[in-house]
Amino acid sequence: MNVLHFVNAFFSDSAHWHGYDGIPARLLEHVQYTLLALGLAAAVGLPAGLLTGHTGRGGNAVAFVATAARALPSFGLLVLIAVAVGIGLLPVMIPLVVLAVPPILVTTYEAVRSVDPSPVDAARGLGMHERGILFRVELPVALPLILSGLRSAAIQVVSTATIAAYVSLGGLGRYIIDGLYQRDFEKVVGGATLVALMALVTLAVFWAAGRLAVSPGVRRR
Amino acid sequence: MTFTAKNSRSRTRHTGVAALALAAAAALLAGCSSDSDDTSDNPLAGDKAEAGTVVVGSNNFAESTLLADIYGEALKAKGLKVTYQHNIGSRETTYGLLKNGSVTVLPEYNGSLLAYLDPKAEQKSVEEVNEAAKAKLDKKLTLLESSPAENKDSVSVNAETAKKYRLTAESTLADLKDVAPDLVIGGPPEFQTRQHGLKGLESLYGLKFKSFKALDAGGPLTQSALTKNDVQAANIFTTDPTIIKEKFVVLKDPDTFFGHANVTPLVAKDGLNKEGVAALNALSAKLDTETLLDLDAQVQLDKKDPLDVAKAWLESAGLL
Amino acid sequence: MNGFFDIPSDLDNTYFGLIGLHLREALLPVLAGLLAALPLAQLCVRFRWLYPPVLGVTTVFYAIPSLAVFVVLIDYTGQTELTVMIPLAVYSLVVLVPAIVDGVRSVPEETLAASTAMGFGPVRRYLQVQLPIAVPAILAGLRVAVSASISLVSVGALIGNQGALGNLLADAQKYGRPELAVNSVLTTAVLAILCDALLVLLRNLLTPWMPRGRRQRPKEAAARPEPEEVAAR
Repeated sequence: MNVLHFVNAFFSDSAHWHGYDGIPARLLEHVQYTLLALGLAAAVGLPAGLLTGHTGRGGNAVAFVATAARALPSFGLLVLIAVAVGIGLLPVMIPLVVLAVPPILVTTYEAVRSVDPSPVDAARGLGMHERGILFRVELPVALPLILSGLRSAAIQVVSTATIAAYVSLGGLGRYIIDGLYQRDFEKVVGGATLVALMALVTLAVFWAAGRLAVSPGVRRR
Repeated sequence: MTFTAKNSRSRTRHTGVAALALAAAAALLAGCSSDSDDTSDNPLAGDKAEAGTVVVGSNNFAESTLLADIYGEALKAKGLKVTYQHNIGSRETTYGLLKNGSVTVLPEYNGSLLAYLDPKAEQKSVEEVNEAAKAKLDKKLTLLESSPAENKDSVSVNAETAKKYRLTAESTLADLKDVAPDLVIGGPPEFQTRQHGLKGLESLYGLKFKSFKALDAGGPLTQSALTKNDVQAANIFTTDPTIIKEKFVVLKDPDTFFGHANVTPLVAKDGLNKEGVAALNALSAKLDTETLLDLDAQVQLDKKDPLDVAKAWLESAGLL
Repeated sequence: MNGFFDIPSDLDNTYFGLIGLHLREALLPVLAGLLAALPLAQLCVRFRWLYPPVLGVTTVFYAIPSLAVFVVLIDYTGQTELTVMIPLAVYSLVVLVPAIVDGVRSVPEETLAASTAMGFGPVRRYLQVQLPIAVPAILAGLRVAVSASISLVSVGALIGNQGALGNLLADAQKYGRPELAVNSVLTTAVLAILCDALLVLLRNLLTPWMPRGRRQRPKEAAARPEPEEVAAR
């Protein structure tokens, strides 16, 4: 089987470019699921990671939460919640958030913990408040690692959001699930290609974000 | 001196291992992308059935599992060696597995199978359907005798939609024409591309639905989506016990658009001996729609295990 | 016949049989991934220029959803466990290579120089110095790979009962028995936690020189840093 042939056939079929099952619509849905899940996970993981990292307390709790969250199977949670509450956004968001929290939480915690203590002590010596130390000293230094945690979470969510299609939502997974049941390789390969491309775009976005947000002094070059 | 010599030697060894690993990786990649045009003849290679063993397969819905269990247990009773391959997927997948010999017996629905093999085929009588399907089947495969038990595909609407658009038990598929653009229709993913699905509904009746929502093969997703009005119409089986419970309205199919759907064993010719064929034919003769409805309800409503239900029925029908 | 541990007959297995199958389908690929990752990582350590492209390619592999790989592989390996295990091995490889590279690179120059001075050749130095020092980082990677693998096996249910405990999920839907889905999720989670605990135990056994309680900074192996960041570290 020639994978490239299927990719070509998928993208050159004009029927795949419009309507509710068209690539733009499915792509948009996929981006929406990804951003929503990542936003929710960041809203949980970032503050918790920053706080535990700054105070140095709760490291065991962070490790425990991360281990437990990683142990929960995404696909299993999806089906379980779908069977329990029916179809909708909830059965998809819960597994995706559970998936994205551990990398964000653990990396943020580790990033803040591993900040060189001397500038922190210096800031404290200058009379800076704890809040100021966290946001103006520790956060800028820890930012590259924090971003790498977010990026890892984002890539996993982009890839895993495809399972939404199993409980009849949209997104790029639609092509993969439909292709499985319709035995249409064009769709499967086309869908997988789109997901991989979206992962690459995600990498590029985070690279650009790092360029913009990370202080040149921290970038060390 | 010795040190350098040693160093360089083990470096060569390292490079050797590396080259080997690279070569292996390259071979793997090449294997994945090589053109092999014979894939259409052999879509699912790999797990051929062991000689002498009958592999009974089933699709991914409860009734198919139940029927496969009935077939398998009946064959076992005749002393055949039986293994099961359940929940495989849709017809699009199972047909390939029968063709390449990894599955020997599969419960099928004659008219639905014919529509898959030949989307344009007319479906008048059961006999004609079976003859037409046999003619179109792969040379290695055949259909045994059909049972009177029928489980048709249908388009059904929920009670709310029926009320809103004044659809009754007398309404037909054609009556949906003006209503369809307001309705979201649900069904298994394969419904989207099947002749007995959106394709045929559009070309024959001009039905253009607002959108299609991919659910499951008449399973709980479809039932709950229809009940909760996530979809207003759905492809469900006429033997579905929830139709009565939830007051779904099954649209009439006077032109037999969905064709006949008699439960019929699809078998690989050289995989099943005469005794096996006789056993399945005897079984089909005793299986009628009422019985099937009752067995389905035992599995889906009473949550009994399909294998127990299968054995109990075979016993009561004197087939064990 | 609808209790928590009543496994539907179509799975053709017992509860403990499913557990054994699940562990095999999840752990063999990690082992294969580890065996492939060790030489690949060693190459990346030796030839620094190789690391960024390897990272790039593996990240793209990582992003391809497992189900898509299953569907395409069915043509070659059939509806078998192997079809499920191949992508899992690739994912493990992707997680393990950076973990091993970071671990081996974290060995201080002084330590390497000392071992060279003691007359260690490169092979012996790799096996007896670099690898043991890299153990915490490698095991951190293994923990992520094992958890992910155990979770992903379930998706195999979609290609015809090849998902071990995940098959219970498909049956939960098919027969409307939610307790089967609860069973599947809980059992899978417990397996993942037990395997994780065993790996922690293994790490403590393999690194007796590490002070208990204060572990080495566990690296988030899944959080693959950009190549530049790795080079800067």
